[in-house]
Amino acid sequence: MRPFVYERPTSVSAAVAMASHAGAGHVPPTAADTQFIAGGTNLADYMKLGVGRPDRLLDLNTLAEPALRKIRTSDDAIRFGALVRMGEAADNDDVRRRCPLLADSLKLAASGQLRNMATLGGNVLQRTRCEYFRETSWPCNKREPGSGCAAMEGVNRQHAVLGTSDSCIATYHGDFAQALIALDATVDIEGRRGKRTLAFAKLHRLPGETPNIETDLAADEIITAIEVPLRPWSGRSRYLKIRDRESYAFALASAAVALDMEGQTVRSVRIGLGGVATVPWRAVAAEDALQGKVLDEAAAQKAADAAFADARPREHNAFKIPLGKRTLVRALLETRDMKV
Amino acid sequence: MSDAKISSGLSRRMFMTASVSAAAAMPLATSPTRAAQPASAKPAQPRDLSAVSMRINKQSYNLALDNRTSLLDALRDHVGLTGTKKGCDHGQCGACTVLVDGKRVLSCLSFAVMNQGREITTVEGLASAGGELHPVQQAFVDHDAFQCGYCTPGQIMSAIGCINEGRAGSEDDIREYMSGNLCRCAAYPNIVAAIVQARDEIRRA
Repeated sequence: MRPFVYERPTSVSAAVAMASHAGAGHVPPTAADTQFIAGGTNLADYMKLGVGRPDRLLDLNTLAEPALRKIRTSDDAIRFGALVRMGEAADNDDVRRRCPLLADSLKLAASGQLRNMATLGGNVLQRTRCEYFRETSWPCNKREPGSGCAAMEGVNRQHAVLGTSDSCIATYHGDFAQALIALDATVDIEGRRGKRTLAFAKLHRLPGETPNIETDLAADEIITAIEVPLRPWSGRSRYLKIRDRESYAFALASAAVALDMEGQTVRSVRIGLGGVATVPWRAVAAEDALQGKVLDEAAAQKAADAAFADARPREHNAFKIPLGKRTLVRALLETRDMKV
Repeated sequence: MSDAKISSGLSRRMFMTASVSAAAAMPLATSPTRAAQPASAKPAQPRDLSAVSMRINKQSYNLALDNRTSLLDALRDHVGLTGTKKGCDHGQCGACTVLVDGKRVLSCLSFAVMNQGREITTVEGLASAGGELHPVQQAFVDHDAFQCGYCTPGQIMSAIGCINEGRAGSEDDIREYMSGNLCRCAAYPNIVAAIVQARDEIRRA
C-alpha cells in the first residue's frame, strides 16, 4: 500500500475545502490524490490491492453534523444521513415497516461485521468486484484507461449483461442501490461549488468509453444524505437476491420490486435489477409492460423478457439472462402476495 | 502503555513488542498529532507516524503508527495481542473480528488511526481476571466447535456481536448472521450449537 496522509475534518464544509486543495481539474474521485474515507470496507481493501492509490485520506467519521448519523421518517419520505451504518438502517423499525425493500436489500448484503462498518453513502459508491479490476497485473479500462479489458475474453461468469460497453462489462455489485433506483431516491451532495440534489438514477454513469468515470461526483463532493420518497408502493416491496451460496455473497441476479395493486391489477410498479448490470439498474421496459395489467405469471414473464431484451452475454455469463428473468418473475409474484 | 501492564508477568515476546511501541510513542508526547497540528506547521508527510490512543481490553494504549497500519496489525504487531487472527486480510473471512465500542467489526479493513479514542475488545479480553471463560468461549469448548482453531477467535467475537445484536434466535438466524465468519474445517454445526448454548446462558444471566 502506498503511504498516505491522514486527516480528520470536523465539518462537511471543512472536508470539502480540504479536498479542494488537491485533485484539480476533471479527475474522478476514485483517482484523486485526496479521497474521503468513511466505513473503509471498500477503500481499505482496494488500497491494499494497489487499486486505490490516494496520497491523502480525509476521515468523514469525525464530521460533527448530527444529521449525517440520523434516520428521519416523515409521512412522505425516509431520509438517511450518509454516515448511518448499513446495519443500523437494516434494523430500523420505521424502515422495515414502511419500506421492507430498503431493509431487505441491506440485510442481505455483506456480513454483520461489514454492515456495522459500512456507511450508506459509501455503500452506494462501492466499486466493482471484477477480478480483473482487482488484480493490477491485468489490463483494465476502469483502472487504467485505454489499457483494454481482460474480462471480455476472460472468465466472465460474474460479469454484467446489461449496460455493458466495448470497454467494460464489470458488474455493479451493490444491493441497496437497486432499492434506491427502484424507489426514485435522491441524494444530497455538497461540494466546493455548493449543495445540490441529484436523482439517484443520475448518480452512476454507464461505462461507455470511460469506465474509469463511475459517478457524477466531483473529487471534492460528498454525499450527505439519501432520501427515499414514501409512495403507495413502498409498503408492498421486497428484495430477492440469488447467490452461489445462501448468504454472504454478491448477487448473481437480484430484483428490487415495489408494487401498488388494485385487486390483481398493477396500478404502479417499480423494478431494480442487481448482479446483472454495470450500474444500478432500473427496468423501465418491464415496468411499462406491467402497467395496468393483471399480475399473473404470464404477465410477470412478459415483463422479465422485456427487462432483458437488450442483454448482451459473454462466454460464461449467458446464464444470467434466464436466471435474471426467473428472479424477477419470482420477486414480482412474491411481492404481489405480500400481506400488507 | 501502562508500566503496570508491562511488569505484570507478560511473555518476553509481548514485553518486547510492548516496549517497542512504548518507545515509538514517546517522542509524540511532546509533538502534537497532525490532526491537531496548527496551520503554520510543516505539512504532514505520508510516512509520518500518527499518534493513536485506544482502550484495548480495558487498558489504555498510546501508539505511534504508520497510517497504513490496520487495526489488526496494530493489535498483533504493536500491542502483542496475537489472539486476533489474520486470515484473508481483505474482509472476506471474518478471522480478524473484534468489538469496537461493543460492535463486531473486521479489524483488517479498519485503519488503526481511524480508531482514535475507541474501546477495543479482543478475544484476550473476554475471560474474567480469575481466568473464568466467557460463556461463548466455554460453549465453544463444550461443543468442540473447532478443529484447527484458526477461525475461532473471530467466530467467538462475532458470536458475541451476534448475540448482543439479538440475532441469535433460530439456528437459521445464527447461520445467516454468522455468515461472515468462514471455517475451512467446516465446524459449522458445532459452532451453531455452541452459540445456542451461550445465547441461553447469557439470556439467563
